[in-house]
Amino acid sequence: MSGNVYLYILTAFAVTYLIRVLPLTLIKKEITNRFVRSFLYYVPYVTLTVMTFPAIVTATGNVYAGLASLVVGIVVAVFTENLFLVAGASCVVVFIVNLIANAL
Amino acid sequence: MGRERRKTENLKQLTHGLKMGIPIAVGYFVVAFSLGINAAGAGFTAGQAAMASFLCMASAGEYALFSLAAASATYFEVAVMELVVNARYLLMSCALSQKLSPDIKTAGRLHIGLGVTDEMFGVAIAQDKVTHLFYFGMMIVSTFGWTLGTWLGVTVGNVLPGNVVTALSVGLYGMFIAIVVPAAKHDRHVLYAALAAAVLSAVFSFAPVLSKLPEGIRTIGLTVLVSAIAAIVFPLKKKGEA
Repeated sequence: MSGNVYLYILTAFAVTYLIRVLPLTLIKKEITNRFVRSFLYYVPYVTLTVMTFPAIVTATGNVYAGLASLVVGIVVAVFTENLFLVAGASCVVVFIVNLIANAL
Repeated sequence: MGRERRKTENLKQLTHGLKMGIPIAVGYFVVAFSLGINAAGAGFTAGQAAMASFLCMASAGEYALFSLAAASATYFEVAVMELVVNARYLLMSCALSQKLSPDIKTAGRLHIGLGVTDEMFGVAIAQDKVTHLFYFGMMIVSTFGWTLGTWLGVTVGNVLPGNVVTALSVGLYGMFIAIVVPAAKHDRHVLYAALAAAVLSAVFSFAPVLSKLPEGIRTIGLTVLVSAIAAIVFPLKKKGEA
């Protein structure tokens, strides 16, 4: 890291806060432009997918643990739709696969 | 409303918010712990990471902040990345603005703006009417869990055995999966967009030449490209859905 940590934090805070607070304070009417609404609707899912895959596969240094974590995470998400169960299951799977890999 | 009755009503709203915040805070604590481990890996101290968490309250945004800072990115890159990663809050705030009690003044809105997260938004949007005190109650508990979790992730994360730290470091990805998959399950257009994003992301990560692109540029570029195509091919219905 060569930049100033506090400037990095303040930059992230300023942008994040403006995104959240501007609609709350300025926009009193609903967004009507169909393309803008559709674009904003897809953005979170696309960006989270790009950030997660393939990074999760290589994150632990063991490709099998990463793949298992991805698959189990998706399965638990499909059936429970519970944020914290999914996050927990992903972690536990990596732990178990790594234990097995080390024992072999 | 009489003064006494307003006092009782205010207390009820605050208590309701505090109660709704407890399960959020517990979940946040675990995820923030994983985030703290990432922050430590990026070279942040516990105080700096906790400060980032207290101010930003954003898992993906903070993850981006920590990785970009570790990669010595420019402040402009951080700003653009935060804009892209947190763009969903723009939509949420738009929706939330329709739910806020009309008696919430600008100061109250400036305060609530600090706490627009996926989970608090989800709880708030399910209420008939959102008061400032209700939201404040949720924010106190949730922010505490999120900030404390991050701080402990940096400090205790180093003390934990290596295999536990490795396991916890995928917790954030698990959280992202938990946001995308249910949406993809209920809307096949989201599924198609996510699948296209995953394939392109893999191509841009491993293919020769393409994989030379910086991570931030790849994430921003693919997000704009895939979302724009999805918006053209699968536009939202005239009313609702989002």
